[in-house]
Amino acid sequence: MGLYEILFWFLTVMALGCALGVILSRNPISSVLFLIATFFAISGHYILMNAQFLAIVNIIVYAGAIMVLFLFVIMLMNLNADTEPQKNRLIQLAGVISGGILFLVILGALRNVPVASLERTNTGIGLIKNLGKVLFTQFVLPFEISSVLFLSAMIGAIVIGRKE
Amino acid sequence: MLLLLIGLSFIIEKVILISVILMGSLGIAMYATWAERKVAAVMQDRRGPNRAGPFGILQPLADGLKLFMKEEIIPDSSTRFLFILGPCLAMLTALMTSAVVPWGPDYVTSSGHVVALQVADINIGILFIFGVVSLGVYGVMLGGWASNNKFSLLSSIRAASQAISYELAMGISLIALLMLTSTLSLREIVGQQHGFWHDGYFTWNFFKQPIGFLVFLVCSFAELNRAPFDLPEAESELNMGYHQEYSSMKLGFYLFAEYINMFVSSAIMATLFFGGYNFPFMDQVQVAAGPLFFTIICVMVLLTKVVGFILFFMFVRWTLPRFRYDQLMRLGWKSLIPLALVNMVITGAVILWTLKK
Repeated sequence: MGLYEILFWFLTVMALGCALGVILSRNPISSVLFLIATFFAISGHYILMNAQFLAIVNIIVYAGAIMVLFLFVIMLMNLNADTEPQKNRLIQLAGVISGGILFLVILGALRNVPVASLERTNTGIGLIKNLGKVLFTQFVLPFEISSVLFLSAMIGAIVIGRKE
Repeated sequence: MLLLLIGLSFIIEKVILISVILMGSLGIAMYATWAERKVAAVMQDRRGPNRAGPFGILQPLADGLKLFMKEEIIPDSSTRFLFILGPCLAMLTALMTSAVVPWGPDYVTSSGHVVALQVADINIGILFIFGVVSLGVYGVMLGGWASNNKFSLLSSIRAASQAISYELAMGISLIALLMLTSTLSLREIVGQQHGFWHDGYFTWNFFKQPIGFLVFLVCSFAELNRAPFDLPEAESELNMGYHQEYSSMKLGFYLFAEYINMFVSSAIMATLFFGGYNFPFMDQVQVAAGPLFFTIICVMVLLTKVVGFILFFMFVRWTLPRFRYDQLMRLGWKSLIPLALVNMVITGAVILWTLKK
């Protein structure tokens, strides 16, 4: 087993373990911390795929900005494990069933995917130069439309949050 | 697989370099605490520390010893794990950034072996710094929350919102610089600023991006929680700040991380905008001095610039009064971000215009 495989399995186990920690831990703060650790594991996967730009942007945007805001809100609300409202059995059952169905759908979709075709090729598409070229030539229209979408979301948040 | 291809000598070289940089940043941060007190004393017409050794030169050692010897208290109502994790994270993120700063030009030994004075030349250098800076707020936030103290929590919330607000303007001011250099690697950015004068204009980025530098400087004050933006440590409103419940060396780590951050961000500003280790007439000096001596001169030049920036941080701290919180937010969102955006548009237009010609 080479270094690549060792790193891959280490990061995979870390990502899955932390993702489980997010939903299993009782304390919301530790959920957020597990989620941050998950983002780090995913960034590690990006680096293994030679996509350093995606890796660091993942950390800057998700771990560095969005998760800080999550932590911020949870700290202000002062949620604790013992103040967690108890949900009744019916809702719990509904949650289990709908989650199980979603899992089944994903499993069914992924069952026939040929794994052998997923070979590791060193294309360097994730490097910032190649990514920029692709984004601003081949996919310039979707890129601009998604940025307009973000802008409208920002303006919407300001309009909702504005004092009358 | 990859590690086995790398020679043992390479690993030893890097380990030595990392140790020297870590020791150097810790040493400079130690004496920055001494210098801060001396600068404050001079500016307030006092004497400052003068008991431990000549000119109080042993004062940092005495302070460190004092912090180590103090009783360590972990409050009963705190979240124990996060309470300990907080200062560790603050220290870790402070020390990580120095990995991508080029401290000097490549030194070629007589046998032709090249020694790079940079720990890692990654092609996303600036973004790496930006990522580490954006993680730096976790140490403060977790420590402040885990203390289970209202003042600490208020302080850490201030720190987080301040850091996020000023990261935006900082990022936009860097984009303008990146459009000019068209690379993210700090090594190449320093290489482009070779010497001082080339083709009828200055080579240093400060002369090409004065507004960008101004925005970056103000934002780095805010990111470092330094006066006049030290709202998270406003002792008159918050008793002390996010480290109120901390004692012994855990408190020391928080205080010390601030000085290490100051050292590293000075090094980054010198690298990005003031030519790094470059200085006027360096080609002539290189011919006159040997390769080893030239490398030492370059490192000294960079350290001189860094010390200059650190002194500037201190002068500002003891000159300007603290901002009010709403003033801080107004400056960040309504002045710096538009200024940085305008700077970016102008830079883009100038680059487009000169390219077309």
